[in-house]
Amino acid sequence: MSEINNIDALTLTLAQEMRRDPRIFLAGEDVGRRGGVFRATKGLVQEFGENRVVDSPLAELSLVAVGIGAALYGLRPIVEIQFADFIAPAFNQIVQEAARFRYRTNGDWICPLLIRTPYGGGIGGGLYHSQSIEATYAHIPGLYVVAPATPYDIVGMLRYALRVNDPVLFLEHKKTYRLIKGEVPDSDYMIPFCKADIKRKGSDITVIAYGLMLHETLQAAQQLIHEDIDIEVVDPRTLHPLDRDTILSSVKKTGKALIVHEDNLTLGLGAEISALIASEAFEYLDAPVMRLTGPDVPAMPYARTMQDYFMPNVEKITTAIRKLAAY
Amino acid sequence: MTLDLSENLESKTRAEPRHVQLGLHDDQVLEMYWHMLLARRIDERMWILHRQHEVAFHVSGIGQEGCQVGAAYAVKRGHDFILPYYRDLCLTLTLGLTPRAMMLALYGKAGDPMSGGRQMPAHYSARQLNIVSVSSPVATQIPQASGIGFAIQYEKTDQVVVTCFGEGSTAEGDFHEGLNWAGIFGLPVIFLCQNNQYAISVPIEREMPVKNVADRAYAYGMPGVIFDGNDFLESYGAMKLAVARARQGKGPSLLEAKTYRPVPHSSDDDDRTYRSRQEVEFWKKRDPILLARNYCYSNNILDEDKNQEFEERAREIVDDANEFARAAPYPPAQEALNGVWGPLPEIERAG
Ligand SMILES: Cc1ncc(C[n+]2csc(CCOP(=O)(O)OP(=O)(O)O)c2C)c(N)n1
Ligand SMILES: [Mg+2]
Repeated sequence: MSEINNIDALTLTLAQEMRRDPRIFLAGEDVGRRGGVFRATKGLVQEFGENRVVDSPLAELSLVAVGIGAALYGLRPIVEIQFADFIAPAFNQIVQEAARFRYRTNGDWICPLLIRTPYGGGIGGGLYHSQSIEATYAHIPGLYVVAPATPYDIVGMLRYALRVNDPVLFLEHKKTYRLIKGEVPDSDYMIPFCKADIKRKGSDITVIAYGLMLHETLQAAQQLIHEDIDIEVVDPRTLHPLDRDTILSSVKKTGKALIVHEDNLTLGLGAEISALIASEAFEYLDAPVMRLTGPDVPAMPYARTMQDYFMPNVEKITTAIRKLAAY
Repeated sequence: MTLDLSENLESKTRAEPRHVQLGLHDDQVLEMYWHMLLARRIDERMWILHRQHEVAFHVSGIGQEGCQVGAAYAVKRGHDFILPYYRDLCLTLTLGLTPRAMMLALYGKAGDPMSGGRQMPAHYSARQLNIVSVSSPVATQIPQASGIGFAIQYEKTDQVVVTCFGEGSTAEGDFHEGLNWAGIFGLPVIFLCQNNQYAISVPIEREMPVKNVADRAYAYGMPGVIFDGNDFLESYGAMKLAVARARQGKGPSLLEAKTYRPVPHSSDDDDRTYRSRQEVEFWKKRDPILLARNYCYSNNILDEDKNQEFEERAREIVDDANEFARAAPYPPAQEALNGVWGPLPEIERAG
């Protein structure tokens, strides 16, 4: 057991998995000698060489497409998109190709491609280094979207992702990279997809949050204890497909639900989760389902004032929960 | 950088027939002709079935059989990887897709081995033959071919990859990025452009500012080769050199088969709206099957009796495939829900 941060969890697990399975290789912009702009692949080229840690040309479409080709061949490619904001050129390859090979060939061809990418804001990244992209991709059948937010979950889900035989979009909240630390056991445990985790047990209100917002919510929970509000925090971890059962049973227990995400409001994950709760747990609800999210503006502005205004945070979360508690 | 096609024909005046100079036996030439002919007869039947409202759609490979059969004979079937496009009926047939499979796909029947009735016809696929599933968005297969080439280099096998596409599709970014990767890493990929001079209605002058697709090869550090795609032997020769080059680890090539599509773009197109009948008639005289037949006749590889026998055999095969597919059941409606995800791995100790 040792305490590490999110970025170390990634690097250590990548190295461990590459030692285990020679079919795994890593490609991306600056992942080699530079070790990635966030240093997630630090030291890997030294251990595994340039054949397995590949500095790619600056071209996201082909980075993903090359990953697809290698996956079709039978390798286990991991491609790093340097920032989630720059994944759009590869949209066609991800959505129409990677996510569709199995279905369009009735299972004959499969595409076990892992795409890692840092997303999210709060780091002064402005419009194009802060985006949350999960909702766009969580709409796509055939593509797993996961967003583990603690070292423990990152290690377990990354191991699992490298054994899944379908494409995976692995989202890493960049602000949590060095901010979030946690205990990781030495065992080879894995965390399956489509299993949410109750990060805090409580009885009054269910709060569903992932990524950086999970941590803000957990802090909010500590503050609310003093006001006698006991919240249950559900971390979906896999954003697509959702673990509906865990969400629903928590809401059925508490009778109230708040969904927190940094992504825009409209048609964000919160919309899907709200609809799920409304249709499957309506009789259990004591209040309308509430959402606290980034506003519907194109992306997060750079100026500190506007950035802070954009981001949900501990204070906004506690306010929302108080409101829901009083309903 | 260029591939020297004259390597194939050491001396044009030499007495030996061209196929012998290329290392092909008479039997192989006859087989190549047979595959072209069978592909053509299947394709023609598909047009008829569409006109009879038996099927919803057909997209054709008519006119492009020459370069396709040449490509098929230049690779090792089931060993090398092929990423075809929707006109590659003759290529995929020659590599082992069956007429029955093609007809099942045409009707969208349950037994369609390419997609189980999910895709439109002509979206060729067969994993056991290393034929990668054709997509509808054009050009997406080009950078994927580089990915397979990358995997081959990674695994250090002697396989090669061939990917096909139309000249219009080379305007897509996928083409640029795919060739860029292959050039940088020296990947064993043959990019085979079947230039039929139109992207639906748009003529080549509006597709690209240079005369030849192959002119762009320089920008990707690979040889660009132009050949007569209606001449099956010239096509074979060009492909053979490019395949040998890739197999020897000398890297990718961009090949451009000059050809023509004498039929509408697809069953939804009316080509009279954008080109003259004289132009089409001119090209029909350069039909690859006609040229191949004449070659075989003049080299005593084929005679009229044998050709008649081929025609009859082709007809039987096409009839059989059609009747088989017509009688086959449609997929159960609920089948639409299957095949999105694979089974998730089991784990003993969940975290
Ligand atoms: C990305 C994309 N855009 C548009 C289309 C519609 N479309 C299908 S084929 C085609 C023309 C392709 O021309 P070319 O690449 O020259 O191939 P050809 O059909 O002539 O063999 C078009 C526009 C498509 N399938 N995919
Ligand atoms: Mg064309």
